[in-house]
This record gives sequence, C-alpha cells and structure tokens, in this order.
Amino acid sequence: MKSNLLNMVLVLSLTCLVCSGILAGAYVLTKDPISAAAERKSNEAIAKVLPEFSSTSEDDAMLGEVKYHYFKAEGPAGVVGYAVRSTVSGFGGPLTLMVGITPDGIVYNSCVLSHSETPGLGAKCETDEAFMAQWKGFDPSVKTLSVRKDGGDVDAITASTITSRAYALAVSNAVDVVRSLRGERIDGSTGASVIIKEEPLDE
Amino acid sequence: MSKFRLIADGLVKNNPTFVLLLGMCPTLATTTSAVNGLSMGLATLFVLVLSNIAISLIAPVTPDKVHIPVYIVVIATFVTLLQFIMQAYTPAIYEALGLFIPLIVVNCIVLGRAEAFASKNGVGASALDGIGIGLGFTAALTVLGLVREILGSGSAFGFKFIPGDGMLAFVMAPGAFLALGYLMVLFNKLKK
Repeated sequence: MKSNLLNMVLVLSLTCLVCSGILAGAYVLTKDPISAAAERKSNEAIAKVLPEFSSTSEDDAMLGEVKYHYFKAEGPAGVVGYAVRSTVSGFGGPLTLMVGITPDGIVYNSCVLSHSETPGLGAKCETDEAFMAQWKGFDPSVKTLSVRKDGGDVDAITASTITSRAYALAVSNAVDVVRSLRGERIDGSTGASVIIKEEPLDE
Repeated sequence: MSKFRLIADGLVKNNPTFVLLLGMCPTLATTTSAVNGLSMGLATLFVLVLSNIAISLIAPVTPDKVHIPVYIVVIATFVTLLQFIMQAYTPAIYEALGLFIPLIVVNCIVLGRAEAFASKNGVGASALDGIGIGLGFTAALTVLGLVREILGSGSAFGFKFIPGDGMLAFVMAPGAFLALGYLMVLFNKLKK
C-alpha cells in the first residue's frame, strides 16, 4: 500500500492502540497468578530453611548500605526463626540464597534461590549433598563462617573455592542481619539501621 | 503449495537452524538441556504462528514506509503476552530461559517470516508456514539440547542414566558451537 502521512499515522496509532489494549487486558488477567507463583516459590524456600511455623511476616533490614529482605516465622511458642534473602556476587554472577536462622543465631538450613555458577563446578552448591548438609545447624558463635582455605570451618566444593567463599559470605551476611535485628530488639532501640555486629546473642 | 509441503519445508528444506542459520543467539544460549531447547522452541512457535496470522491480516492495509514498526509492535505484543502467561503458569521454565523470552521480539526468524511470507500470503498459508518453521526450530533446538545434555550431563530430558558429570564443556558455550557445527554437517549430509 502506498504511504502518505495520514495513513501512516493512522495505521501506526491504531496498531499501538489495539496492542496496548490487548496487553492491558492480559496484564490484569495474569497479575494474580503471577504474584501467586512468586509467593509460592518464596514460601517453599522459607519452609525448607526453617523449622515448622504457623505464620510469617516480611520486612526489610539494612546492613551497612545493603538492604536485605527477610521473613520472620512465628509458631505457637513465639519466633521460630528468620529467613533472610541474601545476595552476593559469585563466580558467574549474583548468587542469591535463602538462609534460615533460629533466634539463638544458629543457621537452621539454607537453599539457593538463583545462581549463574559454572555447570558441574560452582553450580554444585545447589546439589552437592556434603556441601549443603554442613549448613544445617552451623553455629557461627563456635565455628567461623569462611572456607578452610581462609582459616574458617566451611568445607569448600572441590575446584569451586570462589563459589564456596561467596556462599559462606552470603550466609555470614544473613547471620549478621539477624544479629542486628535481635540487637535492636534487646536494646529497645528504634533506629532502623543500628547494627550491633559484636552483640552477644544471649537473651 | 499443498498444506503438507508448507509444513515439511519449514522442517527440512528451510529449517531455520540447520539450513537458514537464523536465530543463532537463542539456539546457542538456551540449549543446555533438551527441556530448555524444547521450551524455547515452543515459545518461538507460539509467537511465530500468532504473528504470522496477525501480519497476514494487516499487511494489505499497512503503508509500506511504516511496515517494519507495525510488525515489530505486533510481534512485541505477542511476546509480552507469552511472557505474562509463562510467568504465571510455568515460572520455572520462564526463569531457566530468562532474557531469551523477551529477545524473541528481535529474533530474525519471526520478523523474517513476517516479511518474506506472511505479508504476501493469506491467513491459512501464513499460519501453516508459522507452524512449519516453528516446528523446525523446535525440533532443531530439542535435538541440539538433547545432544548437549547427553554428552555434558549424562542425562536425557532430566532423566540421568550415566552417573557423574559427563563432558562439561558441552553444557557450556564452546560445546554449543561444537555440537551445532556437527549437527549441521549431519543434517545437510542426510538432506542430500
């Protein structure tokens, strides 16, 4: 079809109008299923890293300049633990974990939410049973949260020291987040970003 | 052209991956496993069929000078639609394919078929062309993903049959080029 200003403007505007109409409709229809799918995924992760709980509430916490999103899980007997979403840079890109920490500061369990580590090497942080099992019940007040090569107590994945180091850092940051949360509560301080890193964990 | 020919051409004679060498970026990047290859192929098939149908309908009333922007808007609409649907109902696959779903907008197979076929043919023929090319792309990506998964992870469609790691290079980028190259040789040899 021959082009002139009128038909070009008309056809292009009409196309855009119809397309945006379709997309607006699709957005409204899929909005709820999308947020339900995202929520299901994060709930599954929380259930995996914390002991049994009856309800969760979510909030953000600041650690230094970085914002962490965390979920507080409560059972009949009070707070059963915190699930902290912790992101660090791994070997191939961001490594995001969900770390479950009980109120006494002990790591209950952890799981990988997303990673872009090398298949067969760093990607084992998601599948290697020995590596994953060592986080269960890891007590940061007794053991040090860094790989053995750096003088800590974390067994690294063979040939993936950088990924293991990143993993340990992510867990350690999550522990610090919970420490700062507890610290605030014990002191009754209202400052939102008060960090008491060295605060002992006794009640 | 018969209906059968239109589909068969897309699968063999005009196979987008092994003959036309179109859409190499998603081909190399997403075929780390058979399931990923299959999902990427099906996602492209969905967009290709719908955009071919829509473009064959609007082509007669589209002024020549703005036909590319109009086609891109139409294709982008279907891709975004697909994104919403995948995010809602298959979030795991959506995450595995990542950026390559929105990139279907600029996949040269889709715009190429719009330009070369849908804008000059009727709705029925365009739909069949979309199905044929889409199936050709899906088959190629699935085979490539399967070969890379078998060699690289010792499994097929997630079912592990060789314990251990396999040749890891095939899961990574260099293996993608190697596997594609050999499959291309094989395909063109068999086609003759």
